[in-house]
Amino acid sequence: MSIWEYANPTKFMRTTDGLLPWLVAGAAVCCVGGLVWGFLTPQDFRQGSTVKIVFLHVPAAMMAINIWVMMLVASLIWIIRRHHVSALAAKAAAPIGAVMTLIALATGAIWGQPMWGTWWEWDPRLTSFLILFLFYVGYIALWSAVEDPDSAADLTGVLCLVGSVFALLSRYAVLFWNQGLHQGASLSVAPGERMSAVYRYPLYLSMLGFMLLFLALVLIRTRTEIRRRRLAALQAREMRA
Amino acid sequence: MIALLIRDLRLATRAGGGFGLGVAFFLVLSALVPFGIGPDRAALAPVAPGILWVGALLACLLSLDRIFALDHEDGSLDLLATAPLPLEGTVAVKALAHWITTGLPLILAAPVFGVLLQLPPAAMPWLVLSLLLGTPALSMLGAFGAAITVGLRRGGLLLSLLVLPLYIPTLIFGAEVTRRGAEGAAVQTPLVFLAGITLAAAALIPFAAAAALRINLR
Repeated sequence: MSIWEYANPTKFMRTTDGLLPWLVAGAAVCCVGGLVWGFLTPQDFRQGSTVKIVFLHVPAAMMAINIWVMMLVASLIWIIRRHHVSALAAKAAAPIGAVMTLIALATGAIWGQPMWGTWWEWDPRLTSFLILFLFYVGYIALWSAVEDPDSAADLTGVLCLVGSVFALLSRYAVLFWNQGLHQGASLSVAPGERMSAVYRYPLYLSMLGFMLLFLALVLIRTRTEIRRRRLAALQAREMRA
Repeated sequence: MIALLIRDLRLATRAGGGFGLGVAFFLVLSALVPFGIGPDRAALAPVAPGILWVGALLACLLSLDRIFALDHEDGSLDLLATAPLPLEGTVAVKALAHWITTGLPLILAAPVFGVLLQLPPAAMPWLVLSLLLGTPALSMLGAFGAAITVGLRRGGLLLSLLVLPLYIPTLIFGAEVTRRGAEGAAVQTPLVFLAGITLAAAALIPFAAAAALRINLR
């Protein structure tokens, strides 16, 4: 039994078929639970009720970065071991990541308006998220531009590798470029900097919910891609016959 | 390698090669900016370093698709791929040829455009130095983008979408050097970062670009 068995599309389809309802249910429970629990938390003494946007903002921002890392790992697996499911999973994850980045930017703007008095500021964190969004857009555009599926998977894989290096480089270059308004780590473990438990536990739940949501979405989209491939193969066979 | 370099330089400088187009574009851009911002010296001088760097970047972008597209169309790219010279070497030489035909004229012309945009005289050497250190990275990254989009029919727009985000770190440090030079501040840190980006790009990007070319030539 090795993890590479799941590289077999049939095996992947069978396993995810059983797994998916649980994931969807878990994502629904955790997301709704985290957000409702977050909504019922008391108001922050300085930020008032606007603090509640954190339960949407932080999980989305976390997923925006983690999805890119997942795409990087999936691209590496595809480039090294040529497992098609891996390439399709990277393809399936990209639009979800782009949407997560957009959610983080939009909720950040809505939160920033009352708190900082501005919708947008060229702050390092905000800027690096904008740059990350640009990388997502380029990646998705390249997938849709290349016709041959294997070439598309290869090219986007190479782009993902180079893009990761430059996304990271940009992240630190903008720190050098401008110091910002955004606070440092939101979930610091150091006592004193730590968020109050009232907010922390709903936030953890909401983050778990977003993670499950992403897993469910990426599996659904990967299954769609596999079915699309099978359909294309069937059509090609039909054409030949 | 040298033969390939000379061939590329010749092709670029002959008729239809587009040599000098980048500089002309840079000139037009520098002439347009004052119309948008206003001719006021106090308004132009602070934005001049950024405008000059963004202009150099866009002028560089303009000629990127020429790096591989023409050779791909007439089939000489396939010959180059099967030649004894490794494809990584071909990429490096082609990026170098692109830099000589686009980057170098830009660097030589930049001080003139700096005068047009009221860049303080103290910043001139730093502008030239930062462009000298930074534009090779632009050509290298551009060669990577061109290698990825070489087989595509409408690759031009996609090329700019892919390449421009990669240019961000170079732009930040390059413009920072010039801005600090204008203010008379210490420029060493961004200058070192800029040189580091260029060296790393020159060392690593040929491998990525060659990989992309091999995929496209399959």
